[in-house]
Amino acid sequence: MNQQFPALIIIVPLIVALVITIVGWLNKKWCFPLALIGLGTPLLISVGLLLEVLKKQVITYHLGGWRPPMGIEYRIDHLSGLVLVVIFSVALLNLIASREKVLAEFPEKAGAFYGLSLLFVAGLAGITITGDAFNLYVLLEITALSGYALIGMGDKHAPLAGLHYLIMGTIGASFYLLGVGFLYLMTGTLNMVELSQMLPALYSSRVVIFAFFFCLIGLFIKMAMFPVHGWLPNAYSYMPTAASGLIAALTTKVMIYVMIRISLLVFTPSFVFVNTLLNSALVWLAVIAIVTGSILALAQKSLTRMLTFIIIAEVGYMVGGFWLGNRDGITGSVLHIVNDAAMTLCLFLAVGSIRFRLQSDRLSDLSGIFRTMPFTMIAFVVGGLSIIGVPPTCGFFSKWYLIKGGLAAGSYEFVAALIFSSLINIILFFRVIEIGYFNPQTEGRNDDHTTPANGGINEAPLGMVVTSLISATSLIVLGIYTNVLVGKVIQFVL
Amino acid sequence: MKAIAFITVVLCGSLIMFGTFEFPDWGDPQSPASRHLSPYFIEQSLADTAVPNIVTAVLADYRGFDTMFETTVIFAAGLACFFLLRTFTKKTRNERLYRHSSTGIIINIKKGGKRPDDSSKFERIDSLWTPYDLIIKTTCRLIIPSIQLFALYVIAHGHHSPGGGFQGGVILGASIILLAISNDLRSTLRRMSEKASAIMAAAGVLIYVGTGILCLLLGAAFLDYEALAPLLQSSRIMARSHGILIVEMGVGLAVMAVMIWLYYNISSAGKHDEGL
Amino acid sequence: MNDLITLIASKYNYWAFIILMMLGLYAMIVKKNLVKKIIGMNIFQTSIILFYISVGAKEQATIPIIEHSHGTEAHPIQAINYINPLPHVLMLTAIVVSVATLGVALALAIRVYRQYGTLEENEIQSQINQL
Repeated sequence: MNQQFPALIIIVPLIVALVITIVGWLNKKWCFPLALIGLGTPLLISVGLLLEVLKKQVITYHLGGWRPPMGIEYRIDHLSGLVLVVIFSVALLNLIASREKVLAEFPEKAGAFYGLSLLFVAGLAGITITGDAFNLYVLLEITALSGYALIGMGDKHAPLAGLHYLIMGTIGASFYLLGVGFLYLMTGTLNMVELSQMLPALYSSRVVIFAFFFCLIGLFIKMAMFPVHGWLPNAYSYMPTAASGLIAALTTKVMIYVMIRISLLVFTPSFVFVNTLLNSALVWLAVIAIVTGSILALAQKSLTRMLTFIIIAEVGYMVGGFWLGNRDGITGSVLHIVNDAAMTLCLFLAVGSIRFRLQSDRLSDLSGIFRTMPFTMIAFVVGGLSIIGVPPTCGFFSKWYLIKGGLAAGSYEFVAALIFSSLINIILFFRVIEIGYFNPQTEGRNDDHTTPANGGINEAPLGMVVTSLISATSLIVLGIYTNVLVGKVIQFVL
Repeated sequence: MKAIAFITVVLCGSLIMFGTFEFPDWGDPQSPASRHLSPYFIEQSLADTAVPNIVTAVLADYRGFDTMFETTVIFAAGLACFFLLRTFTKKTRNERLYRHSSTGIIINIKKGGKRPDDSSKFERIDSLWTPYDLIIKTTCRLIIPSIQLFALYVIAHGHHSPGGGFQGGVILGASIILLAISNDLRSTLRRMSEKASAIMAAAGVLIYVGTGILCLLLGAAFLDYEALAPLLQSSRIMARSHGILIVEMGVGLAVMAVMIWLYYNISSAGKHDEGL
Repeated sequence: MNDLITLIASKYNYWAFIILMMLGLYAMIVKKNLVKKIIGMNIFQTSIILFYISVGAKEQATIPIIEHSHGTEAHPIQAINYINPLPHVLMLTAIVVSVATLGVALALAIRVYRQYGTLEENEIQSQINQL
């Protein structure tokens, strides 16, 4: 069975999604346990795969029994194994926390919700381990379709935001497809390893440069990098809280992983990093992304919208870190993928609990919330400290690597942007802490129909609190074990 | 705004056209795409899989994993439209139209009035009312079975002629949609309920994934149809041909069910009350 | 002049698809009606599909379905007689994906219409600004 793990890790969520759709029509109570199995089993498999990759360096799996390039190949190395574990752990935590939110927001469509989330996660896992450029496009689209549907189901302006996200996302995926088409035109193969062997002869050709730019622009649209980030704030602010932890924490990070994979594997570093003009242009773009994201976050009055602009700044960290081109920068970028997924999950789970209890997330409504929801706010504070970059949380270590990389490459503007955004994050989070802790509780909160039985504490349900606290502890644990992570896993990416 | 967009688009287009000067010529038999991988497919697929239609062989065997995800994409689209649009609350409409079958008189019952039972004498028609046309109803009733037969032929002959699961599935779905357009949505829902199409859609994809898992359990890689040879009592190469047929049937079933499901949800905006 | 004509004759298919692509992109950016934007997106995707298919063409080659008596020594199968099947396979998938995206886009558009009562971007924006 061990050799079949790479196939099983995608098949299990897929089958469980189909079974949930059928079962959802018959009996709604079985959907949640089935979804737990559908995400828990792949989590165990992914940990097993990562341990095996640490021994063997690369695991390949030939689907259909055909050797590549005739058939499709799946390839797991250190980077994919790591991202796979991150994907499934985030998805499982979000699933446990989303149970009551689903019952509150769309009870009769619970089966469809769990089915779509499992298809989303299966698509993400496939994107991580595929070794075929066209298969990547199909998996991109399945992830995106489930994402559009999950986002469009929110309240207020969600359908319009979802439609804008759909149009932008389809343009991005089509640009990627066009890039792959150019590569196929010039080489005749779709397998990533074979492309990396056949492309060096063609590096001077205009078409390969265009192909690289098309793939890059398509991925930039999908990860909300600075000029084309317009869809992110609206789409992520209005999406239903049951899906927010999943989509917000994973989508952009996996797109950044795809960018790293294409740059390092298909177009090898000898092509990608040789043009310093491109590198510095992209680092400047990342700097502008960080600065705009942080400044716009200051102007927001709603907690979720503030977090979405922080996500835009974090994407700038990762993209800038990668395009610095040196070992520390790329290490910092990969480490930040893991850390940022955890941080975003923690923050969005906490905000989801707040929205579930208070039905609003405007900063003015949050007075005295530390008294009514202490555990959720502990998780929020830990997440905030991690985004600011306070040791021993993981955010500090990835920033440390990024700053080291920036200094080594001489990009002082990148280092300045990192420090600037840390300062702004301090302001953002301490503003929330000030409103929540120091302001007296507003009078209107006391006549809720749910009378607090616990001396004023009106916490979210147990599942949500437990998952928030687990994700907060994971931030500290990831920080303490950074050495292990970097030494054993990330080092081999390069 | 229009001027900026026009200039941007023209610049982008000319930039890409500038890149096409290094493309291989149109129809060049010596282009890289025609030299590297496709000669293997053209020359060996008949020997490997016993299927003359090379496109079906590549689609369902060499690149079968892609096709499985493609079927999942279409299933996800059906599921997404259901998730987004379906409303289960029944809002009574302001007026309902009924037609007396023997005389052809249309009666209009406003909200709150007494409605006739769903007996054989009065049939309910849509508010966006088109005149009752016996010719259209009868012609469609006669044509639909032929369309379905042709669709089954397209699925089954995907091995020897252009066709296959997707094409046949769409034609099957179109036949049911023709029934819904020529009669009305409610009578089609009585024959083919939404629950049935949802379960058939999931079952179709499950047939595909199930075949792959069967190959896994029999010891080979996922979707390696040669492992099915002992089960199907045939040679290893014929097992590939039969495996391709089984997955194409799964694909046809899934595509048909999703087309119908999509039509139900989009044409009635989720209410399943009155369609187009 | 002869060079130019040879150049155009061998590359005009790519140029046609690029023009189609730019038409779709222009429609997506400029049009104010949501359904017209969706149609522009569909034109954009279709142009990429046509581009791939044209990559697979071969002069004087037939469709990739092997006839009944071929495959023996008398009629060997030669790659030069059949067009490239791989782009057709890839584009079957891409067509299905574009249809699925179109379906979800229309479902979202129906929800937008239910909420705002209109499908024009500027009217929706003014409704949002008034809230």
